[in-house]
Amino acid sequence: MGDPLDGCNPPSDAHVLASNSQAQYSPEETAKHGEETMTPDGENDPTTTSKDKKLNGSNITITTETPEGKQAQVQENENDNEAENENQPGEGQTVVEEEEGKEEEERPPLPPRPPRTSGESSLTPFSPSSRPALQSRPTTAVASVEVHTRSFSDGLRGFFSIPGYRAISESLSITGLSTGQSTPAVRKASISESLIDDTSSLLSHAPHSNMDGDLAGLLADGMNAKSPAWKLLSTQAESGNPFEGIDDDDTSLANFEHEFDEIDAVDSKGENEEQLLVQFKAKFKHYMILSSAGKPIYSRHGDQNLINGYIGVIQTIISFYEEENDHLLGFVAGGTRFAIKIDGPLYFVAISKLGESDSQLRAQLDALYKQILSTLTLPTLTQLFSNRPNTDLRRPLDGTETLLSSLADTFTKGSPSALLSALECLKVRKSHRYIINNTLLKTRTKSLLYGLIVAGGRLVSVVRPKRHSLHPSDLQLIFNMLFEAEGIKAGGGENWIPICLPAFNNKGYLYMYVSFIDANHDDETSDKQSTTTNDDDDRDDEIAVILISTNKESFFELKDMRDDLVKQLRKNGSMEIIKTAVSQGRPSTTDIVPGTPLKHFLYKSRANVQFTMPSFSPNFTSTIKRRRLMSLYHELHASTHVKYSPVKVLHNVSRDSSALAWITADFEFYCVAGPKASRAALTEGADKVIKWMKREEERVFIIGGAVF
Amino acid sequence: MAEATAPKPSSSVKLVLLGEAAVGKSSLVLRFVNNDFQENKEPTIGAAFLTQKCNLPTRTIKFEIWDTAGQERFASLAPMYYRNAQSALVVYDLTKPTSLVKAKHWVAELQRQASPGIVIALVGNKLDLTNETTSSNPLGDDTDTDAAEGEDDGDARKVSTAEAKSYAEEEGLLFFETSAKTGINVTEVFTAIANAIPETSLKGARGPGAAQTASRTEDQSRVNLTGPRDNASKEGCAC
Repeated sequence: MGDPLDGCNPPSDAHVLASNSQAQYSPEETAKHGEETMTPDGENDPTTTSKDKKLNGSNITITTETPEGKQAQVQENENDNEAENENQPGEGQTVVEEEEGKEEEERPPLPPRPPRTSGESSLTPFSPSSRPALQSRPTTAVASVEVHTRSFSDGLRGFFSIPGYRAISESLSITGLSTGQSTPAVRKASISESLIDDTSSLLSHAPHSNMDGDLAGLLADGMNAKSPAWKLLSTQAESGNPFEGIDDDDTSLANFEHEFDEIDAVDSKGENEEQLLVQFKAKFKHYMILSSAGKPIYSRHGDQNLINGYIGVIQTIISFYEEENDHLLGFVAGGTRFAIKIDGPLYFVAISKLGESDSQLRAQLDALYKQILSTLTLPTLTQLFSNRPNTDLRRPLDGTETLLSSLADTFTKGSPSALLSALECLKVRKSHRYIINNTLLKTRTKSLLYGLIVAGGRLVSVVRPKRHSLHPSDLQLIFNMLFEAEGIKAGGGENWIPICLPAFNNKGYLYMYVSFIDANHDDETSDKQSTTTNDDDDRDDEIAVILISTNKESFFELKDMRDDLVKQLRKNGSMEIIKTAVSQGRPSTTDIVPGTPLKHFLYKSRANVQFTMPSFSPNFTSTIKRRRLMSLYHELHASTHVKYSPVKVLHNVSRDSSALAWITADFEFYCVAGPKASRAALTEGADKVIKWMKREEERVFIIGGAVF
Repeated sequence: MAEATAPKPSSSVKLVLLGEAAVGKSSLVLRFVNNDFQENKEPTIGAAFLTQKCNLPTRTIKFEIWDTAGQERFASLAPMYYRNAQSALVVYDLTKPTSLVKAKHWVAELQRQASPGIVIALVGNKLDLTNETTSSNPLGDDTDTDAAEGEDDGDARKVSTAEAKSYAEEEGLLFFETSAKTGINVTEVFTAIANAIPETSLKGARGPGAAQTASRTEDQSRVNLTGPRDNASKEGCAC
């Protein structure tokens, strides 16, 4: 129960196909296109093989969740003319099951293999079963038959475009079940693969040895290139926007704009309870925290009278399993996923109709737990409950609800930072960042532990001791407190906040000095005035200095440091640079790659635990479109982060978008384009973005930072 | 109030705000410092440090204000903030009797542990929730009876002026009832404290530099912005 791969959640865009190891794939690629970008025929070349093995080994140390079975899975979902499918008989669960069953059947053929290699090594086991299984597919997907066949006629590429069950994925996302679509399939594939030939997985690291190589080579457009029908399709509106049609025919996120409306309190006679329950149930996302004794601690929606019944039910269910020492991790009811996390005396429950995977939801719950620790510290929490198991934690946590709610809402809106557990930095020139770092180092005072400059919610610079780095989850708490919750910013003035950073040390408090500064003004008095006049500005204009110390008496010392720091930054022009960088905002994808069909992307540098992305505007500015985009990213992320044999390359096409994910040891890359964008265009765009990233890496990311 | 043209001695006064959570400490400061008000303000975390100047006829007082969080778990940090304070504002919510109890605890703690001679003002906030709102004499004796009657006429007052005032007199505290929302009596509290600080305890007096003159002019305009409150006396204790 509760396994992330829990089969209750049928794949939505369940068209995972063509999985194979990179090495299996690459020889074919090289053979076919004569490209040097891929590892040359690994299977035939002993030296390459050993190299690949080494790479594989090193990769394992980095991505612990990755067992040796590396796979490149290409998820194909040809939905261009899937509209008819929606009218196909069999909807909802039945079709889904059917679909799943097929997937299982088809899993073996996943490796795309060229016919000529079929006699060789690891590819062999997969080939015999692949064709027949595939051919059963079109019977349920009339519309995609043509595309499907063409992909076969196209030089037997082994890319199987599975008929896209648009209707299914739609209905699934309506009910919120659209996550983890590929997980069961992936697992099966990996099992079968490892049973058949373990060595194949060791050969599967072409993309890693080929980091600067292009994704286009990896995901060659061979399948499409020679297909007239495909060409015809892809010439249509390649640059179309994703999620364009949602206003008309997609009800999955209807009323999402009311998601953050508060539910009134139940009145004294309970007359409005029924109506409030309707509102309550209409929410897409609930977070609840209760003690193991069943005392409510926190609920995002609904006041105590409304939720008490649910808290009781939840406590009963969880306790039932706890008594058996069989920890309940989650379950699915209808279109709603329940994820449960138990930390000591606390039960955390997330209830989501938004389609996140189990592990994603649990990561969100973990952030809520960390927020509680950040308020109380672990010893205090433990002590409270060991003294009195039925402690009402609401009192000690008084004032923390707003922080929990802003965290919860960040997740509900969809946060790339939370999804990737990485932070975003302000892009400035390397030399400029160097000056800022040095200014921080120069003005550093004795008590300082960490110093941060944050602008527009993005990190500009960090100063830290040599032996300590800042954990993203701690930074998430700080950023949430400063930028998402209004409490600190609205007060004006400077703040002195006791805070426990659980990833740094969950046993004690640090003291955090926070000052929001206005780059426009030169003395303190005007700073103060500006806080009144700029209240309406969004977070994109704020520059904050955050200085953290272990000494609770060091407020004035750090205040002096801030004054000194700000003075120096103004003097050497850095303040102006930061201000300009902030006001420029994030670039759009077309600024980065002119003419690309890509509409948005996320790029996470694994080594730096940082990510970058282009602006959400103009395509994803509305709450709903942004949520759709983030849901898609969550799906891609879920597929590429399953525990067993995660997908490494994933191409996902649906009626309203196409997307690509590429995971390597160095980075994670996710991008989204309109539904008509061809894979060739996607991969080309992705390659260009990644090249841009390599070029701009030292500007986009903080590498090293200021260390003392 | 004198024009800020002639140099006046300037000195800083440390002030700490204490009181139960959600009585309106931060709102009082926000009103005093920025002449602003926010509905549903989120709770303070830790403490906020703000400064504001207050012009008296003979001198300028620069308040260095520690606005502390009212939650129980921050109570252990309070000594850090009141330790060197010359003045304290102990706030309660006059619609919530328990908050006065808490305020009395704070007063006792201050008298026991803070520096001797600390000027303490007891402030009952949220006067706008009572129905004696804009009276020019909010502390009039006629309000006492209203308090007992409670909510019948939309009056949420639960702590009578007389009760709090007699307690304040017993303990030798300044006493005000204020509304951070409407601004009633807010500046008066701070002016009264400034006046009550004995000259001799003022430290850090220094000649006004150019920058200070400029900012003082701004203060002047800021004080004027507060409008109706200026009608009331800015000097002396309103008790």
